[in-house]
Amino acid sequence: MSTVAPTTGPTTRAGGRGGSTPGDDRTRAGRRRRRWWQEVGWRHVVGVLAIVYAIIPILYILSASVNPIGSVVSTDLFPTTISWVNYEELFGNPGRPFVRWFLNTLLVAVVVVAGQLFASALAAYAFSRFRFKGRRGGLLTLLLIQLFPQFLAAVALFQMFTDLGRSVPQIGLDTLPGYILIMLGGALGQVWLIKGFFDSIPIELDEAAKIDGAGHAQVFFQVILPLVRPILATTGLLVFVGVFGEFLLASIFLRETNIKTVAVGLYGVLDADRSNNLGWFAAASVVVSIPVVLLFQYLQKYIVGGITAGAVKG
Amino acid sequence: MTIAPSRLVTPPPDRSRPRSTLAGRGTSTVLPLVVKVVLLGLVAGLAIAVTPALVRDGSWVFVGGLWAVVVVLLAVYATKRAVPLKYLVPGSLFLVVFVVYPILMTAQLSSTNYGDGTRGTKEATVTRIIGASAVQVPDAPSYTLAVGTTGGVADGPFTFYLVDEATGDAFAGDAEGLTELGADDATITDGVVTEVPGVTLLTRSQINDAGQAGGGLEGFTVPAGENSVIRQQGFSAVELTSPLVYDEAADTITNSETGEVYTPQRAASGDRSYFTAEDGTRLSDQSWGESIGLQNYVRAFTDPAISSDFISIFLWTLLFAVGSVGSTFFLGLALAVVMNDDRVRGQRLYRSLILLPYAIPGFIALSIWSGFWNRDFGLVNDLLGLDVNWLGQTGTARLAVLLTNLWMGFPYMFLICTGALQSIPGDLKEAASLDGANGFMQFRKVVLPLLLVAVAPLLVASFAFNFNNFNAIQLLTEGGPFSPANPTAGGTDILISYTYRLAFGNAAQQIGFASAISVLLFILTGLLAAAQFRATRSLEDVNR
Repeated sequence: MSTVAPTTGPTTRAGGRGGSTPGDDRTRAGRRRRRWWQEVGWRHVVGVLAIVYAIIPILYILSASVNPIGSVVSTDLFPTTISWVNYEELFGNPGRPFVRWFLNTLLVAVVVVAGQLFASALAAYAFSRFRFKGRRGGLLTLLLIQLFPQFLAAVALFQMFTDLGRSVPQIGLDTLPGYILIMLGGALGQVWLIKGFFDSIPIELDEAAKIDGAGHAQVFFQVILPLVRPILATTGLLVFVGVFGEFLLASIFLRETNIKTVAVGLYGVLDADRSNNLGWFAAASVVVSIPVVLLFQYLQKYIVGGITAGAVKG
Repeated sequence: MTIAPSRLVTPPPDRSRPRSTLAGRGTSTVLPLVVKVVLLGLVAGLAIAVTPALVRDGSWVFVGGLWAVVVVLLAVYATKRAVPLKYLVPGSLFLVVFVVYPILMTAQLSSTNYGDGTRGTKEATVTRIIGASAVQVPDAPSYTLAVGTTGGVADGPFTFYLVDEATGDAFAGDAEGLTELGADDATITDGVVTEVPGVTLLTRSQINDAGQAGGGLEGFTVPAGENSVIRQQGFSAVELTSPLVYDEAADTITNSETGEVYTPQRAASGDRSYFTAEDGTRLSDQSWGESIGLQNYVRAFTDPAISSDFISIFLWTLLFAVGSVGSTFFLGLALAVVMNDDRVRGQRLYRSLILLPYAIPGFIALSIWSGFWNRDFGLVNDLLGLDVNWLGQTGTARLAVLLTNLWMGFPYMFLICTGALQSIPGDLKEAASLDGANGFMQFRKVVLPLLLVAVAPLLVASFAFNFNNFNAIQLLTEGGPFSPANPTAGGTDILISYTYRLAFGNAAQQIGFASAISVLLFILTGLLAAAQFRATRSLEDVNR
């Protein structure tokens, strides 16, 4: 981050204010001040504006969540009274089993993240380390398939799981295992991203291990995997966020109250009475968002590198 | 199907130094071998456990698929050959089973008229039509009725257990016909079948529920002779005789009383057949599921109501995707450029806060934004002092959707542009400035091209994502506003939300047609993405 520092000053003055002083080294206080404004100060103004834009809706959610009346009409950007009653109502209401929904989502997310990472890492290893027939075609196919939302085939998936559920009720419609299986259809979604990082690991490491007698599996599990933990963490986070926000397939496949994920459950509550359930929805949203936001902040610097290498938030 | 995810974390960290453990080829393969055998055994065991149920229900596709998976797994993992496959198979199996197969199934469904009103097979429909016209003739037998099922009490499969009220003979009847029950097959108390081994008998209220419109028993009849059927009547059953005769060879239904002959004929809509007489009268409004070739596609392009919908929705979908990517990229890039200056204090804090919208789960943000556009209580009108009915008119609703999506997406673009800017070597810019380039020129000639190369694939992916961004539309406007004249296509509908309504909406479901639109969407997305990839030539690194 800091290595680029010395040269960025005059270069990125995209705002285009007075281009008259690039080489001017006179250092009177007033001039310096003006120059600071021209080169740095205005950036703060833009930054603050951007932040205001970014957080207004979030402020609104926070404000709604502490508004005891919980209705749209009574909610403003800044709360007038602060009460935790909406948060208390998250618990112990069998018609809106928030905790259950949260745990359901966590379960789905953990299994899907683990499955996707594992399958993607395996495939990425093959694409990165082996040369075989159809390698290039396989990579391109993956890229193309990734562009198609699985949801386009929702009708067929619905049909498939209706039939499947008749014979094997454990994985039919309205079951978490069934939903997890569907989500695992994207198991190879992270191949490109992880492959990029595998490529950056010198192949000499593999060769050294092989000379020591390691098989391909040992190279993978004991040499390469430990080296790419940061990218696995980042990818995992992206998948995790994706699962948390997945609404479509869940809304079709999870209809019974007790097996919903937060996305479907929360939306159902809000949709039932948009003007009066806002407080409850906002409180639930805050609880759901906090872990994700914290993880994001924590992994921020990996994400910047990771996404640029090929991931997309789905 | 059971790929133990925990293997991801199993290698103990202190074993990562190869020399200490990897003594020699073959000696350290005991544990992997055990794991392999256990996993393969688990998969095979699961397959064996599930197969009887699948066979029972006649789901031969699933049986075939399941065992194909087992065979593939055994072939790949029980042998020493095909090493790359060992790594590709787990994810690929999921991809094939839960993405590729459903896509193929969608294509297959798109050549049928499957949907509400056409769910039954032709035979079932014929039976139904004949059953519906049947009347009780004098001296016809009547029966006491018990309903049994080997599946769910709501959806069957059902069997009638009948006792002839006159003779006391007991029968089991299903769609195939009647079979006489021996003394050991069922327990009969007071002339009613009260127990059948291995079968759940429905209670009276369950019979009522299942017999209602849409229930599993609706229209259920047992053939009982040439044109006779046995049908439920309250809690007993009677034999009814129909004047209609179905001739399977000629595929006609003849009314034996009037002599009128009905043949199946496509209705003008082109996607349904009815038994129709020569003079055009329909015998019944019941139709059935059948293959109709490319008719759904023909309809999408030629039915004037639908094709004008389709084209206007397609154009808006394009505009929406381009507008979303363009606006988010522009704002994200501008912010990234502005903030990418280490003399700005608190850079990290700025970045963290600008990133916040990206970390909020999409459905939450969209639901909240949907409220913001409310005319009376919405935050937008409130803060700006306006009184616009944003979601009430097509133009403003579209603007609202784009502005919301800008908020949703600009942090992501900010993130990737920041990443790309940081990866551009500083000396390149230095060289450019030595060559006399000023700030803006340097940005345009040096920074921007490099940045575009880095982010182009992401822009394409982002375009494809927005092209099918169902969430944004469904959670914000549900496709609305709708004009009273056209309840199936709303002002902000993009193709995928339109398709969703066709398939899962409240109106009559048109699954076959929705599948056809899905297939068109697949093709469109693929073509557009391929064209963009070609344009950006971003696939060079595939050859690495």
